Amino acid sequence: MRLLGLKTFRHGVHPPELKDETSGLAIRQFPFAPVLVVPLVQHLGKPSLPEVREGQEVTRGQRIARPDGFLSVSMHAPASAVVRRIGLAPSIGGRMVPSVYLEPFPGSTQEVMEGKPCQLETATKDEIIAAVQDAGVVGLGGAAFPTHVKLAIPEGKTVDTLIINGVECEPCLTTDHRVMLEQSDDLFRGMRYLLEVVGAERAILGVEANKRDAFEHLRDNLPADLPATVELLQVKYPQGAEKMLITALLGREVPSGGLPLDVHALCVNVATTAEIGRLLPHGRGIQERVITITGPAVKRKGNYRIPIGTPLRFLLEAVGVDDAVDRVFVGGPMMGASASSLDIPITKGASGVVAFTDVESERTHRQVYPCIRCGYCVDACPIVLDPSRLGLLALSGEHRRMADEHNLMDCFECGSCSFVCPSHIPLVQHFRVAKAAVRKARAAQ
Amino acid sequence: MTQRTPKGPATVGTARARPSAGSVLEIRTSPHILSGNSVDVIMFNVVLALLPVCAFAVYAFGTTALLTLAIATAACVATEHLACQAAGKPSTVGDWSAVITGLLYGLTLPPGLPLWMTAAGGVIAMGLGKVLFGGLGQNPFNPALVGRAVLLAAFPVAMTRWLPAFTAERFAALPSSLLALPFSRPVYDASAYDGLTGATPLAAWKFDRLATDVGDLAMGTIAGSTGETSSLLILLGGAYLVARNMMSWRITASILGVVAAFSGVLHLIDAERYASPAFMLFSGGLMLGAVFMATDMVGSPMTHLGCVLYGALIGLLVVIIRTWGGMPEGVMYAILLGNAATPHLDRLIRPTVYGTRQAAETAS
Repeated sequence: MRLLGLKTFRHGVHPPELKDETSGLAIRQFPFAPVLVVPLVQHLGKPSLPEVREGQEVTRGQRIARPDGFLSVSMHAPASAVVRRIGLAPSIGGRMVPSVYLEPFPGSTQEVMEGKPCQLETATKDEIIAAVQDAGVVGLGGAAFPTHVKLAIPEGKTVDTLIINGVECEPCLTTDHRVMLEQSDDLFRGMRYLLEVVGAERAILGVEANKRDAFEHLRDNLPADLPATVELLQVKYPQGAEKMLITALLGREVPSGGLPLDVHALCVNVATTAEIGRLLPHGRGIQERVITITGPAVKRKGNYRIPIGTPLRFLLEAVGVDDAVDRVFVGGPMMGASASSLDIPITKGASGVVAFTDVESERTHRQVYPCIRCGYCVDACPIVLDPSRLGLLALSGEHRRMADEHNLMDCFECGSCSFVCPSHIPLVQHFRVAKAAVRKARAAQ
Repeated sequence: MTQRTPKGPATVGTARARPSAGSVLEIRTSPHILSGNSVDVIMFNVVLALLPVCAFAVYAFGTTALLTLAIATAACVATEHLACQAAGKPSTVGDWSAVITGLLYGLTLPPGLPLWMTAAGGVIAMGLGKVLFGGLGQNPFNPALVGRAVLLAAFPVAMTRWLPAFTAERFAALPSSLLALPFSRPVYDASAYDGLTGATPLAAWKFDRLATDVGDLAMGTIAGSTGETSSLLILLGGAYLVARNMMSWRITASILGVVAAFSGVLHLIDAERYASPAFMLFSGGLMLGAVFMATDMVGSPMTHLGCVLYGALIGLLVVIIRTWGGMPEGVMYAILLGNAATPHLDRLIRPTVYGTRQAAETAS
């Protein structure tokens, strides 16, 4: 769908972008925390199996956990360190998860250990998929779904278009923007790996119009032999959602409950792609990732390459936070999760850390009015649900009806409805509760 | 970071955590930012958009219009406030919606209506039209029109006596009917100020086939309800609300479009019997109804298609009632019937959910 010359999808919202303060700042390396906590579940799937013992010394980049089956990935040591213990640590989801506590060696040169390279020219499809799994690559856009699972196209399915997601529609976040500007060679190499694996004829790189410099940089440096185009998209949230991006670029609708594969598309985030291009030729694994640290409570905002396992407390102390800090969340303001503890470590799925002062928090403490049927939420929902009616049903606890008659399970919790609601009804919050209840009820059957 | 007490209303997904001794972080589920729009902001802007219309009403009809609007608004706001107190709930008058109802209700009344009737109608508008249904967002019908409908049924004579606009003594004298005692028959003194009655353009057309100049209609130099006479100022207020995305222009456009088209066809068939589309558009309460009453968010459909159909229904009913009904004006009943159709329109018109189109096609 095209509007004003630029492609986009139907509905959606326009939150403040809040990116200006960090979008121009180059990626900087972050120091090592005195203790790094590497959770064994940083992805959707089964926990990895630790391969180290307490007291063992590990080298930066060394594999410290191996995948447990196909729906799982490897973990690598973020620093040359000694394993202090293997035990539980808090996670952003609220659960305690098994983790490896590492104490980096203060005097180490921190050289990265490399494994078996996976060369683009010689590797077979299966070898690339295995290498992606072994490098511990998961969706770095936030979903943290193991990338190699996506790449293993089931029998009978085909992909004609590979979509590289450089939309970054979440306010505040500028990591993908910086990666596109600073790691375009890695990105293009990663695209070659992906094209090789999925057998797509072409790739489309989707970039929102607020990152015009990245768009121009990629378009001008695109290698002639890479069957890819770069498309500029209208700025709108949640365009970075897989389904919305596919509709914006290809005009195809992913069926309800289906996957992009059902419309012959595959969507991979730019940072994920760039990591594949950077790591695979050297046989390395993900031991760090680029994160935007921003928000009014942060003193030295910026884009940092941060070792996986860095606790939030160390991270915030290193960049300096205001005394009035009131809320810290991992991810962007629209979908990020509040931290209940500053001992929570950075994981592969964390794209940003935003700290609010009480001034910003106060703005979300609004009086809740009754629904006035203004229809703003109906016009905002990218899935074309009726959030107003769903909200009323949620209040009366009719979860089953929400799912059976009003397509509740198609909601991907982008939060556009809550964002626009002039009555400040916590719509998406109700839907999360309802979805969990429906899943539980269905599992019990 | 020191201990702070939780603030703000407790809603789904809020909690407070103490990450370490002495510090408090708020845990709240996303989204962490809001658009900043709010019910009271929207309602206040509607009041702003109505102010020029009110000002013109006072300019055209004088002190009597000012008193009518003030009493109407005061009656509505007081009723809502007292109802909240009686229910033991915090007062909801701060959301400005009672003020809108009061102003709109006042604007639909004929100037010179006894003030006790105005006050009684205001209490009925709020009590019967809104409070009994559960307050803001729950009322199926536009409360202002409920109040007016009850008054029209109860006091048909007083509700159809119209003062001419721009009389010389409009700021100096009050029509004696205005201050009539409750439950007494208002005295219309043929020699005094209020003896000057003006037929509304619609009545003049209906009963005498006299057409009024469309320029006069648009500018409001005619007899009519307090605030229904200046179509241009009403459209201006509507344009402001549309620009701020606080009003569905589809409803207004659909009503006006259908009225113009339907009456245009009739006018082409027989120009002697059927009034011209321009006359139909700019006369009576159509503009005020189409811009400010039919677009009341609570009583109108949520979907775009629903809004268009709702507007079309109202437009059709307006022309039918005006042309073949017993009364010269039918906007009020048309909108009330449109309100009644809204739940059905919302039930029938459900946009296709993303990703379900193919499934529906293969199933059929």
